[in-house]
Amino acid sequence: MSAAQLLQYLLSGVATGSIYAIVGIGFTIIYNSTGIINFAQGEFLMLGGMIAVSLQAFLPLTAAIAGAVVVTGLVGVAVQLVFLSWLKKPGVLRMIIITIGLSILMREAALHVWDEKVHALPPWSGDETSSLAVLGARISPQVAWVLAVSALMVAALTLFFRFTLTGKAMRACASNPAAARLCGIRAPWLVSLSFFLAAAMGALAGCVVSPLTQTQYDMGTSLAVKGFTCAVLGGLGNVSAAVGAGILVGVLESASISVLPLAYKDVVALTIMLAILLLRPQGLFAGMTRKRGPLGRVGGA
Amino acid sequence: MRGRALFLSIGIFIAFACITGWAGNPDTVRLGAILAVTGPNANLGTPEARTIQMLVDKANAGGGIAGKKVELFLRDSQGSPEKAISFAKQLIEEEQVLAIIGPSTSGESMKLKGLCNDSQTILLSCAAAETIVNPVSPWVFKVAPMDSSAARMIFQTMKRMGISRIGVLTSNSGFGQGGKAQLEKLAPADGISIAISEVYDKEATDLTGVLTKIRGQNVQALVNWSTEPAQAIVLKNVRQLGFDVPVFQSHGFGNLAYVAAAGKAAEGVIFPAGRVLVADGLPASNLQKKLLMEYRAAYMAQFKDEPSTFGGHAFDAFTVLAEAVRRAGTDRNKVRDAIEGMKGIAGTGGIFNFSPADHNGLAIDCFEMLTVKDGKFVPLAR
Amino acid sequence: MMPARFRGAPLLALAGLVVVAQAALSALKADFYLTQLTMAAWYTLVALGLCLLMGYAGQVSMGHAGFFAIGGYTAAVISTAGAPPWLSIPAGVAATAAVAFLVGIPVLRLRGHYLAMATLAFGFIVSRIILGTSLLGQADGISDIPAYGLVAGLAITGRRALRVQNYYIAWAVVLLGLILALNLVRSRTGRALRAIHGDEEAAAASGINVARHKLAVFVLSAVYAGLAGACLAHFNGGIGPGEAGIMKSVRYVALVAAGGMANLWGTLTVSAGLTFLSLRGAFGLFDDAVFGGLLVAIMLFAPEGVFGLLRRREKAS
Repeated sequence: MSAAQLLQYLLSGVATGSIYAIVGIGFTIIYNSTGIINFAQGEFLMLGGMIAVSLQAFLPLTAAIAGAVVVTGLVGVAVQLVFLSWLKKPGVLRMIIITIGLSILMREAALHVWDEKVHALPPWSGDETSSLAVLGARISPQVAWVLAVSALMVAALTLFFRFTLTGKAMRACASNPAAARLCGIRAPWLVSLSFFLAAAMGALAGCVVSPLTQTQYDMGTSLAVKGFTCAVLGGLGNVSAAVGAGILVGVLESASISVLPLAYKDVVALTIMLAILLLRPQGLFAGMTRKRGPLGRVGGA
Repeated sequence: MRGRALFLSIGIFIAFACITGWAGNPDTVRLGAILAVTGPNANLGTPEARTIQMLVDKANAGGGIAGKKVELFLRDSQGSPEKAISFAKQLIEEEQVLAIIGPSTSGESMKLKGLCNDSQTILLSCAAAETIVNPVSPWVFKVAPMDSSAARMIFQTMKRMGISRIGVLTSNSGFGQGGKAQLEKLAPADGISIAISEVYDKEATDLTGVLTKIRGQNVQALVNWSTEPAQAIVLKNVRQLGFDVPVFQSHGFGNLAYVAAAGKAAEGVIFPAGRVLVADGLPASNLQKKLLMEYRAAYMAQFKDEPSTFGGHAFDAFTVLAEAVRRAGTDRNKVRDAIEGMKGIAGTGGIFNFSPADHNGLAIDCFEMLTVKDGKFVPLAR
Repeated sequence: MMPARFRGAPLLALAGLVVVAQAALSALKADFYLTQLTMAAWYTLVALGLCLLMGYAGQVSMGHAGFFAIGGYTAAVISTAGAPPWLSIPAGVAATAAVAFLVGIPVLRLRGHYLAMATLAFGFIVSRIILGTSLLGQADGISDIPAYGLVAGLAITGRRALRVQNYYIAWAVVLLGLILALNLVRSRTGRALRAIHGDEEAAAASGINVARHKLAVFVLSAVYAGLAGACLAHFNGGIGPGEAGIMKSVRYVALVAAGGMANLWGTLTVSAGLTFLSLRGAFGLFDDAVFGGLLVAIMLFAPEGVFGLLRRREKAS
């Protein structure tokens, strides 16, 4: 393999991984504030893309995306309020099942509201054939957008969770709800806010990846699986770790493609990921977070 | 408590048994359709289901086929073989259908082949696999064109363009699988060597990795064989990588939505397809032109959408059956014989010429080599 | 709490219902319903196994369809490859048990979301392997699977002539599976499982070998699924890669949840009923939506399942 090819594989892996990473961010937000893994996160991406495509018929692209982000954020809040807000201390199993059910409902609703066809937003710069040269390898400029948006999200969220009062309050609610309440933190409002954030970010992610992955009513599930993988690998709770894990998974897949048939790429990536999970359960980047481990439960979750 | 639960179950069950009716009026054409309307193959089944419904409604509005009303029993198999089997058994035994149109995918069709033969029910499959009609089963027909015809057209065009070394990308669906087999089988005859052959999944989000691998094999052209939207991603990635080779697609590309999804990257793509996609450009003498224009107009009026070649398969299945019923009545043996004897029947996919040995009826001339120019399908200039 | 005497009454009632249903249908010349009832029985077997795992032992499995597929595909490959005809189903069961054992040892150390993720990944991997392997038919699956001969002219097959017999075979196996599960649940092992479900650390502290119990019930539930897969492959005469898909796994979870998680009877009723309706096409274009809605509705309003809800109403009135 020549150096040029190696670099291209690497860049390819980064491109793929960036998509997984941006999905993983959404999982992390909700987990940070509620301890829930929201399997419907993939559907927020799908909704963002679909709504933006619909709005784009009569609005300029930026306005369409902004509109999609806001609307999806509100859908996220609605989902949380209608379905989840009045559950008292649900177990992990119950939450997993509910969010999976919600993801199916949202997907089928999208099928009947829109259609089964594929849609796509236009690339944010250039067109579908535009190519960016990076040290001799080439990539679509849209990948640069995905990375830029991810970086922005990570920066904003890290600042939010670490330095603002609301962000810190959110984390407090997740780790010890009783104590948080005692300190006057109003949990329900914060949970709704976190769903808004996750849904809105998911929608933005959906809009930025749409020119690459295309948008279809059933795109949510497979993206959610990948995104969930990244969030878990990153240690569930650390946004930048999720992104790092995403890029890593993408690069692993690319490496697998270079030597094995493409058909087994998912098997390789998932197996490696499972192995990591079993050998280093705190996630790849542990030490940066204090959170629940996979082998034990903290609190009443 | 448990007794109550069981009691409840019995009650529901008996009620349900009573609701379902039995076979009705013998003077109607009982037509079954098993299509993948929702689920992972919805891009095949939805246009097919719409087309069938549209045609049945039109036929009944005009008094039926040869004066007999058509009763349609449409079932959504969601692309899953076990549901297709369950529905097929239902339609055959309970509704006693004369014929079943569908299924949409090759995997499902293969599961119904034996069943339809044993029960003497005509099956008009909309799926592509050669194995559906090869070996020939007396009651099983197929209206989608042969993959081998498409492959041969691609290779002939390549030969004219001086291409001899290619890379092949196929989807992991039944359609892709069938295509891969035909491509690999027929390439040597035209002096084409396949340097590398890879399979991708419909949920792929980025294919630059495998395209890099293919590029590393110094190929002169790429064949991308799929019916799924992910094929548009291949087109975009090829251009984004600066991978400047001609891209050939299969007849599964015949859907303007894929061109829209690929945008400028679709320009110059070459593929064989049924003439439904370029109906307006056909000469008036063309045998298919009239019905293609009518189908297109009716489909667009009702569904506000361009028809695709997939919907066209359902159109052809219904057309063939309707013609057979017109000639032979509703006795299933006579209808089956009538289909086998039909020649020169115009459909969206081409001109059908059936025979006892040929249960597909389409030859290589059913295809036209097309390309994409300014976002539209146009015939490829020779 | 029922006294510990012979509690066979509900079982006899179920057996009776099975017989009555068949007699009624045959008399009404409507025995085509038996086809869907037979298929529903095999799928119910999977749900029963999953109920033991999720409801009683509290271990979430989002990839159980993978075990069904392993059993089914093993039987399919062996029976179409010219091996001794009786080998297919035992081989399917053995393969499933072996994979469950090997996968279970590492994976069951995980809990909660991580276990869910790992089992989800397992199902995904099985699905991808099937799609990528030509021996397994890839996307087209395997067709023309022959009948599985049992004794005295009986066989597991979809042929009309043996339809009534197959109905009884399927339901007999389900009944045996149910009896086994009920006995397990009422035994010391069952109590150990419930202790593990409640609190693993406490269970370990009281001397229960947590890992061994979890693995045992994991393998058992996988065997239920694998047996069902192998038998249904013969009944349908074919199998496709969709059987390993995530939507199937989700459906099994939905059925167990709706049945009440730790309620074998509930699971049996809900599974048989809903699967029957789904196979008859009763839900039309909304099949997936119905299962999704069911999951949400049950988890929100009736976490103890439909029968738990009825029981609550009963107590209240």
